[in-house]
Amino acid sequence: MLSRVANSIYWLNRYVERAENVARFVDVNLNLLMDSPMGTAQQWEPLIRTTGDLALFQERYGDATADNVIQFLTFDSSYPNSIISCLQSARENARSVREIISSEMWERVNAFYFLVRDASKTSPMTNISNFFSDVKMESHLFAGVMDGTMTHNEAWHFGQLGRMVERADKTARILDVKYFILLPSVKDVGTPLDELQWISLLKSTSGYEMYRKCQHRITPQDVVQFLVLDREFPRSIQFCLLQAERSLHHITGGAPGIWHNPVERTLGKLRSELDYTTIEEITSQGLHEFLDQLEDTFNDVHHKIHETFFELKVV
Amino acid sequence: MKFDDYDPGDFYDELFLAKGQPRPEVAPLIERINSLSINELKQRQQAAQTALLQLGATFNVYSDTQGTERVLPFDIIPRIVSAPDWAWLERGLKQRIEALNLFLSDIYGEQKIIKDGIIPEEIITSSKGFLPPCIGIQPPQGIWCHITGTDLVRDRDGQWYVLEDNLRCPSGVSYVLENRRVMKTTFPIVFNRMAIMPVDDYPGQLLETLLNLAPPSLPDPTVVVMTPGQYNSAYFEHSFLAQQMGVELVEGRDLVVADGYLQMKTTKGLKRVDVVYRRLDDEFLDPTAFRPDSMLGVAGLMDVFRKGRVALANAPGTGVADDKVIYAYVPKMVKYYLGEEQLIPNVPTYLCWEPTDQAYVLENLDKLVVKAANESGGYGMLVGPHATPEEREEFATRICAAPRNYIAQPTLILSRVPTLIGDRLEGCHVDLRPYILYGKEIYVNPGGFTRVALRRGSLVVNSSQGGGGKDTWVLAEERSEE
Repeated sequence: MLSRVANSIYWLNRYVERAENVARFVDVNLNLLMDSPMGTAQQWEPLIRTTGDLALFQERYGDATADNVIQFLTFDSSYPNSIISCLQSARENARSVREIISSEMWERVNAFYFLVRDASKTSPMTNISNFFSDVKMESHLFAGVMDGTMTHNEAWHFGQLGRMVERADKTARILDVKYFILLPSVKDVGTPLDELQWISLLKSTSGYEMYRKCQHRITPQDVVQFLVLDREFPRSIQFCLLQAERSLHHITGGAPGIWHNPVERTLGKLRSELDYTTIEEITSQGLHEFLDQLEDTFNDVHHKIHETFFELKVV
Repeated sequence: MKFDDYDPGDFYDELFLAKGQPRPEVAPLIERINSLSINELKQRQQAAQTALLQLGATFNVYSDTQGTERVLPFDIIPRIVSAPDWAWLERGLKQRIEALNLFLSDIYGEQKIIKDGIIPEEIITSSKGFLPPCIGIQPPQGIWCHITGTDLVRDRDGQWYVLEDNLRCPSGVSYVLENRRVMKTTFPIVFNRMAIMPVDDYPGQLLETLLNLAPPSLPDPTVVVMTPGQYNSAYFEHSFLAQQMGVELVEGRDLVVADGYLQMKTTKGLKRVDVVYRRLDDEFLDPTAFRPDSMLGVAGLMDVFRKGRVALANAPGTGVADDKVIYAYVPKMVKYYLGEEQLIPNVPTYLCWEPTDQAYVLENLDKLVVKAANESGGYGMLVGPHATPEEREEFATRICAAPRNYIAQPTLILSRVPTLIGDRLEGCHVDLRPYILYGKEIYVNPGGFTRVALRRGSLVVNSSQGGGGKDTWVLAEERSEE
């Protein structure tokens, strides 16, 4: 298939997934704050810090108040990773490959975009939590419609690859929010407040109920193990990597476990490392440091996908 | 809804002979519409419009940053062409395309028509669409104009004329297909009662036309549709045709010339392209051959084409035939190349570069329509009877300054079709653009895009000037009633 088309479908899915995860991202913080004792200072800056765009935010908004942060991450169309910008980009990508995707997919992206655009005009700060639920649901609808209406061909697998790479990265960042939030109050580790925070975090990845089915107690180690290493929960990092690798091998036609290009090697290496990593190893290294490294590798995987499939060098 | 008070007036009406007297062949449609209330009719109109929007039959508006898509206003009262009329039009269009194609082969080849004194050389060489780099090129099967949309009109007396030839990248065929799809759900009963020729085989015919250009030795040639990109006003159509034919839709940046062939960049490396249905203008095709600032084309494409290693549809250089001065010579071309009389006449045309014609035009500016020879889309035009003395004065100056660039024609009173305007049916002026494919044989799609001037009394059907569209029903030879 055309490189440009593959690129568009890959990004279409990344942007839709990114919009969903920004919603989860903000939602986890809203939940955490509601469970915090009265008088605790609201912590919104960590959210921006984990996006890596703190300088940009401060330059434009100054103080990290709830309103500013939510505006920035949700409706600021000049910030390329805001929900509304993601939807704009998703729609542009979808439009350029309309003859490849199903018309139902195009309609879904359109509906999703209009939902966010209309919300941006009314700025529903009082009802922001419902808005984030709608965003998550629209993203699920898109993924479902794509799964159920588009041939699972090479193009579909590029989409899937994009979605899984994006989701793995964002699950890592959501975990990182907890790290930044905890930092100023180390003495709280292990208290009921700490446990509430871990529950909120699980909920924001839709993982709370699924977690309970395999682990009874909420311990930081088990939660991290669940969100990083679980092979069956669809938002855990390892699950995403397994799916991404599966799609990758569909695309290349190469056998799993063997690599023929830099993407297969980088992704396969990361996935097999996690196969044999224990939670103890992660905590002894430090969760934040571990996540940081993961995010770097995800970036590397993305660049290699780009070089291998989208940016054909003509000699 | 009743046609009782519909008055065709002093015009040629496509559906009515006179007030209260529909043409016999369209009776089932009129009966059906008469049986509906105005609200039912309006609902169907609305439903059709919504269906078109959902199908995505949109065109882009360049200046609009919000949404950027619009749907062409669609009217549900179809335009109907009788079987005998169509049989004659089909023959006439085939004749015209055959002659124009021979003309293109000739002027980029031996130029016999110039040497034999039929068309003056300076008329050809001064035409904007004439491309010297194409001289000596021999496109596959000798075909230059694979896809043509010819604009037809009817005057007050019902006489058909060819108004314009469009041999470059005529657009609008997606409306023909989508409008028909919508109309089948709007008037299903009428489709059962009237013998309406289907239009749906157009994409299949188009693909055959394109495959016909690949070298016969290739078992599985690669055909692509080439678009300027998603912001082009006809992007929907490009995407639609690629989808209907099951071929890739490519942009210039997807293509590259490598190893002497045109290739597209795929996830599995370069892949050779054999036939390009290109929907961008000649001058943008190849920055090394034409406009050096073109970002839309492919460097080196013309070389590959010249060597016969890729086919382009339409071939570059066909624009010379769209020149309105060249148009005036088509009757002579038909005679010269085919030894026949032209079937569908041209609109009588005065050539301003000829002194006698120019004198007449300047005398009669208030009665004539003056057109720039190389413009389309209703630009660079003077409608004499509707113009102010100042406007006429300005055109007179322009004509004298550059007579080669202007032609004039009598103002035609275009035929009309009843159209739903608000709560009433009113007669609106129409034209017709059928689509003609030149493959192994010449094929005329039985239908076409009927453009309608929705502004009261307006004679201008262009979509930029308040025009809309209608489905065109071509009737098959009479079916016996059962």
